Amino acid sequence: MTDTFQLDGATVPFEPGQTVMQAALAADHYIPHLCYHPEFKPHGSCKLCTVKVNGRTMASCTMPAEAGLEVESEIEEINALRRTLVKMLFAEGNHFCPSCEKSGNCMLQALGYDLEVHTAGFRHQYPDRPLDASHPDILLDFNRCILCELCVRASSEVDGKNVFALAGRGDTKHLIVNAESGQLKDSNIALTDKAMQVCPVGVILKKRVGFSQPIGERRYDESPISAQALLDAPRPSDAAGDCAACEDAP
Amino acid sequence: MSKKLRIATTSLAGCFGCHMSILDIDERLFPLLDLVEFDRSPITDIKHCGPCDIGIVEGGICNAENVHVLREFRKNCKVLIAIGACAINGGLPAQRNHLDLSACLTEVYLTEPGLVHGHIPNDPELPLPLDKVHPLHEVVKVDYFIPGCPPSGDAIWKFLTDLISGKTPELGHGLIHYD
Repeated sequence: MTDTFQLDGATVPFEPGQTVMQAALAADHYIPHLCYHPEFKPHGSCKLCTVKVNGRTMASCTMPAEAGLEVESEIEEINALRRTLVKMLFAEGNHFCPSCEKSGNCMLQALGYDLEVHTAGFRHQYPDRPLDASHPDILLDFNRCILCELCVRASSEVDGKNVFALAGRGDTKHLIVNAESGQLKDSNIALTDKAMQVCPVGVILKKRVGFSQPIGERRYDESPISAQALLDAPRPSDAAGDCAACEDAP
Repeated sequence: MSKKLRIATTSLAGCFGCHMSILDIDERLFPLLDLVEFDRSPITDIKHCGPCDIGIVEGGICNAENVHVLREFRKNCKVLIAIGACAINGGLPAQRNHLDLSACLTEVYLTEPGLVHGHIPNDPELPLPLDKVHPLHEVVKVDYFIPGCPPSGDAIWKFLTDLISGKTPELGHGLIHYD
């Protein structure tokens, strides 16, 4: 018999080794998440997937599933916390959706929509983060980086290249490119890299295709991220990298 | 019938796009006018805001006059609503926030080609620009926010009818947009 835990009153079965997030998605239960990606080791940094497990707040993407756990996710207390996290991410970077070609395909934006976030509320920091447009085919817009490390993980774990890393600590933490010059043109990134497909926001962009998919006909225009994540789940993570959550390989 | 709600609207550092979207309520403006009347607004051309139930402010704060108008609205309106990206996060005008203001003015009015005999505008009637562009909530307490650039007529209609009928305004999928 498979072990189970309770999620918002529903019984969720799990396999040994699965996390609460993996078991929930596989059983058609959505838990909001941002830095979690089925193909990579959980990072546990964005905390959007925070749930209450037996009364304690835990990141569901790193929490191993155990028989008999009482997990609460869709409760106002937790959703209020998630809203605050989304607001802080918006206030910390320069997230100007009207000029962003990722608008409509952006996970941060879609989470804001789903959580009915109408304003960041905090004092906006308006950081100065110059672009890196050095590469002929790829643009890096650091203004939108949320430090989820998905590109870092993809480049290291899948591409075996280590093109990206995070440098600095605290509020000086930022994304850097592994090249002597610090510029993307001097790295060994390729358009076919996994790192090109995983950015949940609009930092890593393929040039000259930004609006080939019109606004209004994009991923989260069809259905909200809560429904979209379940359409994708359980998401295949085979060797070919055929993952529904990723952007199409060029 | 109970007294009509009084609404004031204005555009600060905005493009009037949100006001165009208010007009996009289209024929529903007629049932709306059964419920509300307009005080200061580009629609009425009334220049100063009197006591109102609802104030709707488009655009962020980029100069001294914006601050005065916003404070007039806050003082007179029971409920203050920030409408659109600029009012909520500074929007397009705030894209100058990581630049030095005098460098901006110098480049635009002095060093750009075609402005050989140009000068930085200094007419005393012109309000002084602020060092940075600010969202409304950094200057006064804002009660509600309608995101979008601009929010659609449908979103504005849903938000206002929710509010007027005493519900917590919700937009939901398809109506909530930041772009």
